[in-house]
Amino acid sequence: MANTPLIGTKNKKGQVYTDPNHLFFEAPRESHFLTGSEIIKEAIKRSSCDMSIAYPITPQSEAAALIGELFAEGYVDIYSRGANEFDVMSICAGGSFGGSRVFTTTAGPGTLRAMENFPMWAGSRLPIQVCITCRGINSPLSIQPDTLELYYMLETGCLLWHAETAQDLFDFILKGFIVAEQPDVHLPIAVACDGFFVTHTKDVVLMTPDDMCLPRYDPYRSPVPCMDMECPPVRMMRDPFVMKSNYISYATHASWQQEVRAAVERSRKHTEALLGGLIDVENGDAEILLVSSGTAISQSREAIALMKDEGLDVGLVKIKTLRPFPTAEIKAATRNAKKIFVPEFNVAGWLGREIKAIVEDNQRVVAGPHVGGGMTMPPEVIMERIVRTLKADKEELAHV
Amino acid sequence: MSKERIQIAPEFRNIMPPEYIELVDNATWGKEGRGWKDVGINKELIEEHSLCAGCPESMAFRYILAALPNPEDTVMVGSTGCTSLVFPHVAVHNIHSLFGNQNAIASGLKKSLAHRFPDQTKDVVVLAGDGATVDIGLDYTLQSWFRQEKFTTICFDNELYANTGGQESGLMQKGFVAKMAPIGKQFEKVRLPEIAQESGCHYVVNCTVSKPSLVEKVVRNAVYVAREIGPTYLQMYTPCILEIGKQSMEGLQEMRDSEKPGLRFAFKEYMSPEAKELITEMAAKEKERKAAAKAALTQSATA
Repeated sequence: MANTPLIGTKNKKGQVYTDPNHLFFEAPRESHFLTGSEIIKEAIKRSSCDMSIAYPITPQSEAAALIGELFAEGYVDIYSRGANEFDVMSICAGGSFGGSRVFTTTAGPGTLRAMENFPMWAGSRLPIQVCITCRGINSPLSIQPDTLELYYMLETGCLLWHAETAQDLFDFILKGFIVAEQPDVHLPIAVACDGFFVTHTKDVVLMTPDDMCLPRYDPYRSPVPCMDMECPPVRMMRDPFVMKSNYISYATHASWQQEVRAAVERSRKHTEALLGGLIDVENGDAEILLVSSGTAISQSREAIALMKDEGLDVGLVKIKTLRPFPTAEIKAATRNAKKIFVPEFNVAGWLGREIKAIVEDNQRVVAGPHVGGGMTMPPEVIMERIVRTLKADKEELAHV
Repeated sequence: MSKERIQIAPEFRNIMPPEYIELVDNATWGKEGRGWKDVGINKELIEEHSLCAGCPESMAFRYILAALPNPEDTVMVGSTGCTSLVFPHVAVHNIHSLFGNQNAIASGLKKSLAHRFPDQTKDVVVLAGDGATVDIGLDYTLQSWFRQEKFTTICFDNELYANTGGQESGLMQKGFVAKMAPIGKQFEKVRLPEIAQESGCHYVVNCTVSKPSLVEKVVRNAVYVAREIGPTYLQMYTPCILEIGKQSMEGLQEMRDSEKPGLRFAFKEYMSPEAKELITEMAAKEKERKAAAKAALTQSATA
């Protein structure tokens, strides 16, 4: 097991270890009509995942249980339930420290309960993948879709990708392992999707054959030693030694934090190659742009169609990766826009702030519309916000 | 892993730090009969440490490392606290991640190593303080035992939070006045050894570290039982001499005073029936090994 099997050989389930580029771009794809939860299972089935640790929390419970079926069938080698999300993420860390490819899922309150683990994963350079099926954060109690938790994830040092659709989810999960495990990256990755909207609805997804799978994770390509006593130990902890109050310890910690962030940046080149860029732009020459991520993009598409009927020309910028943040790409894509709207499924408007922080003349950015608590965002709401803003701008102009 | 893995390339020998050369040349790894008597003459058994002078934890650390039956294939998991000041000096892979999650980390690690190395024995040993084991990490300690995870948990019980300056902990004695217990602790010392038995541990010991040979024996028992049967737990009194007002040279006496019959650290040992069978079998084999070694010695002397 310490040696990674060769491409072209078969695993115990008869799946062929396949070159990732071939699997992603050349292998035949068949369409399937499945829920997002089922798509998570199908992606993991093809991912040569060693370990998955589960804990029930809506809306990720179904996906976590379906991965249990993969374990029972022999596609995943290690599977168990943790005591809570903090436990789950720490067990995952142990598995990754020991050299396994690890996947887990969580949502909303679970993400926050687990939170201390995520920067630890990044600082320890553990390329664990967590699928976050976004849900509201208490209180008051909510199990509904809401992307507030992603705000908390932004500075954990994890790569953070946001899937719009079940198709994105399938591709992002598989590609996420490959980017996260690159030696010059080697960081955890959170692949997020919007709970219920993606997890509990059925969609047509083009999937690769299930008799092909990713190559196994090779822990000896890690930039830090695998904790298996297979390479010589030194008398130094693996993570920075910060228990001493002196300049060296401060510098050690500070430089490691910078290195983690630099590794996030180094993931760009791998991500661009696999995702075809960090953003997608549609009708980018329009004077009005909708810029967002996740299912807010799907709703924006609907709104754009409605507005087209009304004679309003609106373009779309879909953000696929929140970390690394596509700063240069968004700046370039929005350079000529007169108004930039950022619809979001959360009360904070964190993506609006991120965009305001990077674009020139950021008065052009309207952080909204927002919906929270699991409310839907009908396209009419987006359209109404745009029309109202444009009207207000005109009135303001008339009063000058 | 074997000692061969840490051979130094001859071309680099002259530029290697003397500590590393010493480690490679004189490490006790793979040496039959290694044990506490190697302490003081082997660098990897913590020649130097960064704890307070006279800290009993430094003795405990050395005895435990000397007692590990398979150090070349042992990974240790620590937690935040005084123990994390020592691990940087230890030549086994060790993980520090967060405060209190050590048994969760060890659970994943053990499963991962068992999966990746099915034909090799990889031991996992958790070593953490009482705050990490019994307070902030209690959930994860117990859950790993409920799940019958196959590793050893060692708690250095100094009856308070030492590294943060002497605050009340769950293993502190009732009535003890400390920071955050200004009128004395209001509830009894948590009885974790008994809880460990009820939670599924197969070998449980409550003791001090005043006797190195005893520490060696219980550590070996605990590691072997964890490897073959299920979770094991050792609770060892390592008094924080600084916080209980003792001098550097008084740690040993404090432990001896606390282990007298009827006192809270009087030696207590629990074995499940399966563990008892294994330990008896191991003792018989060890006896045979020693007899054979003695016979061989006598024979060579006669020849």
